[in-house]
Amino acid sequence: MNDKTARGLAAVRSMPRKEGDRVQSTPRELSQETVWMLAVRDRRDRMAFAALFDHFAPRLKGFVMRSGTPAEQAEEIVQDVMLKVWRKADLFDPHRAQVSSWIYQIARNRQIDVLRKESRPVPEELAEDPDAEPDAGQILALEQETDHLRRALTGLKPEQREVIEKAYLGELTHQEISDQTGLPLGTVKSRIRIGLDRLRKELKDLQP
Amino acid sequence: MSEIRHHVTDAMLAAYAAGSLPHPFAVLVSAHVSMCPDCRAALEAHQAVGGVLLDQAAPVALSGGLKADILSRLDDEFPSEPVYARSGVYPGPIMQTLKGRAPRWKSLGMGVRQDILSENAEGSVRLLYIPPGQAVPDHGHNGLELTLVLQGSFSDETGRFGPGDLEIADEELEHTPVADPGEACICVAATDARLRFRSALPRLLQPFFRI
Repeated sequence: MNDKTARGLAAVRSMPRKEGDRVQSTPRELSQETVWMLAVRDRRDRMAFAALFDHFAPRLKGFVMRSGTPAEQAEEIVQDVMLKVWRKADLFDPHRAQVSSWIYQIARNRQIDVLRKESRPVPEELAEDPDAEPDAGQILALEQETDHLRRALTGLKPEQREVIEKAYLGELTHQEISDQTGLPLGTVKSRIRIGLDRLRKELKDLQP
Repeated sequence: MSEIRHHVTDAMLAAYAAGSLPHPFAVLVSAHVSMCPDCRAALEAHQAVGGVLLDQAAPVALSGGLKADILSRLDDEFPSEPVYARSGVYPGPIMQTLKGRAPRWKSLGMGVRQDILSENAEGSVRLLYIPPGQAVPDHGHNGLELTLVLQGSFSDETGRFGPGDLEIADEELEHTPVADPGEACICVAATDARLRFRSALPRLLQPFFRI
C-alpha cells in the first residue's frame, strides 16, 4: 500500500494486520477482500493474492460452471481471470467497485472472449488523478451499499433468485426476469439506485 | 460536452454486463458508457449485482495443482493487450472496432460517407459522416438499430441527438434523421441480424418503448 492510500485509509483501519491474515470485519472497516486487493495493487503482496485466490477461485469455478461450461474449461477461465486480477490490479478502484464486482466483469468478459475468440468491446478506463487522496468514506459507503444489495438478494425466494442468477450469467434479459417472476426486481433496483447516486457523483468528478 | 439526453436502457446495460448483448450493440453500449457518466454508474451497479452473485456462488473444488501453478506464474512475462484510447471524436471502443486505424471513408453520394467496421451474421457496425442539412441515408435496417452520435447532431421526428446521445430505433419507427446545420454529423450505427432480433430483442426493448 502506498503512503497516500495508507493515510487515507488509516481512519477506517482499527487494528494492525499482517499480510494475508483474515481478520474480523465490522461495518466500520473495509472488507477483507478489499484489504487484500489493495495489498495486491499497492504492494504486490503475494500472500494477499493467495488469500484472494482461496476466496474467489472456487466460487468463480462454480459460477462459470453454472452457465454450462465444463469443469476443465471453467478452470482455464479461473486461471485466466485470477492472473488478470494480479496483472491488472492497478485498474482496481475501491471507490467504484467491490472486488467481487470487478472480478465478475473480468470473468464475464473472459467467457465472452473465449466464445467469440476476440476481445469484446469495453468502455474506456477512467483516468484517475494520480494525486487524488483515497476517500475512505466513499469506499466504506460503497461497501455498505453492497451489503444492502447482498441482503436484498439473499431475501429473495429461491425461484426468484434463480432467475436473477441466470440473467447475470448472461442467460436471460432483464425483461425476461420480470416476465418470469412478475417481481421484485424493484427491491434490487431500488438498492442499485441508491448506490448509483453516489457513484454518479464520483464519476462526474472524474470526467474531463 | 453538452448534456446527454438519450441513454442506453437499463435492460441493455444489464445485458451488456452479463455479456448477452449481440456484438454490434455491445460496441455501441460500451462507447456510450465511455461518454456518459450516468450510464457508467448504472453499469457499475449492475456489475455490483453480478459481484454479489459471484461472491455467494457455491464454491467448487479446484484441481490440486491449480493454485501452485498460478502462484508460480505471477512473475511470468505476459503480452500486453492493446488499450484503445479515445482518438479525436472516436471513443475507445470505436477505436477498438477500428483496430486503431483511422476511418476509411467511402462516398455514398451527396457528401455522405461511410465506413463499415464489421458486417456478419451478428449484424453490422458502421461509421457515417453526414454533411450539415443532409438526410441520413437509409441503411436498410430491418430489425433493431442503435445510432450513437460522436460529433455534430441530427434531428428526426423523435427529437434531437447530439454527441453521446443514443437513438434506439426498430422497424416500426418511421423516421427521417437529418444532420443539423453547423458541424458535419459523425455517428456510428449498429444493426442486429433480423432473425436474432425477432427472437430475443423485442423483449429487451419493451421497457423503452413503453415510455
